[in-house]
Amino acid sequence: MPSDQVNKVNSAQYKKMVEEQAPKSNIGKDCLMAFLFGGSLCVLGQIAFDIAKSAGLDKDLASAVSSISLITLAAILTAFNVFDDIGRIAGAGTLVPITGFANSVVASAMEFKTEGFVFGTSVKLFVIAGPVVVFGTVFSVIYGIILLILKAMVVDVGL
Amino acid sequence: MIRMGSTVIFDEPPVIESWASVAGNHEKKGPLGSYFDIAEEDTTFGHKTWEQSESAMQNMAFKTALEKTSFQADSIDYIFAGDLDNQCIASSFGLMSFNIPMVGLFGACSTMAEGIALSSLLLAGGAANHCAAVTSSHFCSAERQFRYPLEYGGQRPPTAQWTVTGAGATILSKSGQAVASGNPKIRAATIGRITQLGIKDINNMGGAMAPAAADTLTRFFQDTGKKPDDFDLIVTGDLGELGLSLTIQLLQAGGYDCSDRMNDCGCMVFDNKDKHYGSGGSGCGCSAIVLNSYILGQMLAGNLKNVLFIGTGALMSPTSTYQGEIIPAIAHLVHIGI
Repeated sequence: MPSDQVNKVNSAQYKKMVEEQAPKSNIGKDCLMAFLFGGSLCVLGQIAFDIAKSAGLDKDLASAVSSISLITLAAILTAFNVFDDIGRIAGAGTLVPITGFANSVVASAMEFKTEGFVFGTSVKLFVIAGPVVVFGTVFSVIYGIILLILKAMVVDVGL
Repeated sequence: MIRMGSTVIFDEPPVIESWASVAGNHEKKGPLGSYFDIAEEDTTFGHKTWEQSESAMQNMAFKTALEKTSFQADSIDYIFAGDLDNQCIASSFGLMSFNIPMVGLFGACSTMAEGIALSSLLLAGGAANHCAAVTSSHFCSAERQFRYPLEYGGQRPPTAQWTVTGAGATILSKSGQAVASGNPKIRAATIGRITQLGIKDINNMGGAMAPAAADTLTRFFQDTGKKPDDFDLIVTGDLGELGLSLTIQLLQAGGYDCSDRMNDCGCMVFDNKDKHYGSGGSGCGCSAIVLNSYILGQMLAGNLKNVLFIGTGALMSPTSTYQGEIIPAIAHLVHIGI
């Protein structure tokens, strides 16, 4: 019998069987949950922003306070083993915003502390968030260069 | 011993002298919770690292099985053991204190069946009087090695499975050397082939392993001329709901209808309706704790007479997965009869 066949069922037929029978994620429900939880986080961020502004901070500082508040909240919820339970329901709603980044860093730090501060926590800190940092840095450089070129063109053409 | 195809029939069948299971919190709450010898709510088992916790489970499982016999540890000639942790450290650290010659196994989640099959071959061949097969898995040590940190807030697709926290140990004796000679016996064993039908999805292990289970079962039926009706229960290791259903269909395509007597340890260990566990339980510990509690207990009670136990393992690693390879799978079968 060929190695990619079991009882007359070949890989192509089998893949089709699996695709048809595998239970699917409920996209409607997932999107709704992501919208509700993600939206609530935005509201929380806005509340932190407004409080910071009414306390006399300027727009940039108030934005920073808003981000820091959400990061701190996510880190605390992760440390108390609550974030993953929320994330299981909220999905992208808590994972995509800045809370997901905070969670992935804190969760890694907690998980790998058994391998020591250097080889555990420090090495594995960005094991999930690493790609976000890499792409964030690379694309900010690319956008910076594009902006620089565009500005130079604007000056050249004299617009 | 008679060899038929790739199946070995034991005309002087090795006897399962004793068995024991150690399980965690989720398993304790499951439908088989009351059958386990030890089931702890604290899955650290009092240790600092998850790897130590898993080692402790193997140690406890083997010790408990040994206590059920009249033997001392030095009567056991060989231990066959393995687990999912890199380099099988749960077995090495867990069984270190017993000073018994040890054969380390990696069969992924097929290790329980693999250990029993190899023990039986050694016993039937006259190289040993008493052997033990031990294995374990721990949800927390498997997650950190194969998936994400425990507190990571991601979602699992519905085809994903839940690694069982548990360890099982089976002590076997050569025919004629057994004290508990009325216990279940190993009648035959079929060693699995590395089988794949192109599945790459790491969140669908049941789908990846179903072809291996179907292949080994088909070869056992072909080798021995036996039929599904000859068995009270045909039970796979950790295919989950989807994998079990796919295996039944692959067997039907070969002309073997097992649908009315087939089950899967991964579907038995947790409440199937609870979608928290996805498609069902998985891991070396999954088939180990279900066999070494409920199944062998039912056989001793006379409720099951002939059982085919098929351990199913996915032989990928995080490296091969990231490199885009398919998931090779294997399934080892033992025929247990009372």
